[in-house]
Amino acid sequence: MASMRDIKRRKGSVQSTQQITKAMKLVSTVKLQRAKGRAEKSKTYFNCMYDTVVSMLSKAGEINHPYLKPNNSPKKAVIVITGNRGLAGGYNSNITKLVRDNDWNKNDLIIYPIGTKGRDTFARLGYEMGEDYSSAIEEPIYADAMKISSQVVNDFATGKVGEIYIVYTGFKNTVTHIPTRLKLLPIKIEDERSDADKAVLDFEPETEEAIDLIIPKYITSLIYGAMIESVASENGARMQAMDNATNNAEEMISSLSLLYNRARQSAITQELTEIIAGAQAIS
Amino acid sequence: MAEKLKLTIVTPDREFYKDDVDMVEFNTTEGEIGIYQGHAPLSVIVKPGILAITQGETVKNAALHAGFVQILPEEVTILAEIIEWPGEIDEQRAEAARQRAEDRLKGNDNSLDVARAEAALLRSLARINAAKLN
Repeated sequence: MASMRDIKRRKGSVQSTQQITKAMKLVSTVKLQRAKGRAEKSKTYFNCMYDTVVSMLSKAGEINHPYLKPNNSPKKAVIVITGNRGLAGGYNSNITKLVRDNDWNKNDLIIYPIGTKGRDTFARLGYEMGEDYSSAIEEPIYADAMKISSQVVNDFATGKVGEIYIVYTGFKNTVTHIPTRLKLLPIKIEDERSDADKAVLDFEPETEEAIDLIIPKYITSLIYGAMIESVASENGARMQAMDNATNNAEEMISSLSLLYNRARQSAITQELTEIIAGAQAIS
Repeated sequence: MAEKLKLTIVTPDREFYKDDVDMVEFNTTEGEIGIYQGHAPLSVIVKPGILAITQGETVKNAALHAGFVQILPEEVTILAEIIEWPGEIDEQRAEAARQRAEDRLKGNDNSLDVARAEAALLRSLARINAAKLN
């Protein structure tokens, strides 16, 4: 049996780890609340944006706009959103898995990482890397999303890439996060509404020009939304992971306390036995 | 007075403004536009400029920089990428930005991104003008 001192030291170390995980849990809980609030506030914008783009494209059905059909490049740009930090359960590795385990050919992909965890993983695996935007995920602001979207849309327009995807973690609620793959360009939107329901909408300037201007904004809003949802998911995942860690530490501490008390008891018993034996020998 | 118009201005971060108004004016790629209730359905793209909201006697101004607008007869939705109330504008910064953009345009540098400098100039001017209105 381990000595009393060893057990005590072990217990102390588990206790201080527990304090850290507890603090991390509290921090991510607060961050999660904030991220959730932001995600909700931006919902209206995306819904309006989506409605407009859908009605615009359904009207522009016959138009042969470059944003609506794939160009000839076999390359696919993939914007990968992960966290800059670990200790968030499966958050980062789920994203990596989603990119790796599907029908994509590794050599066709260009990874645009947002988040150092994903960047490091894919760089190590030998993927072709595009520009790195990892600093944007700390505190997503719209200007960052604009920069990223103008970069990828430009790559698409110049024919450097033929398709653009975004891989991020969708935030359903505090405990449910869904790794999601979304195609950004070329756009294909299914409009289920009948012609009668569609708002008759004219465009100024001409529809084709309007597509040119609105689609990049639409892409930007999707990227921004994905960033916000990912941040919320990351903090949710970290909160859960740290909650589990705190509970596990609690369990370890209680079993170590038991061991320690047993060791202490047996040490006392032994001491007593020795004293009595010594006293008997003298008398 | 004519019927009121439902105006909603949303940005990616917040709901900027929502109320019934008489008229709303702003700058588009095709020129300035003013909208009353009963306008024909239209979507327009915003150009940097001043947004003026008229409600009875009062006029509210804001600097609107980018986005697009969906106009329906009863309501107008402005999807603004960047919009600020005059109180939120840093006038000195806008002035510095204007200076910078003008210098660049004068510089005749071939490597210069003229479109970008012009957009920056328009933005800074919209900010300066909006800040002066209040």
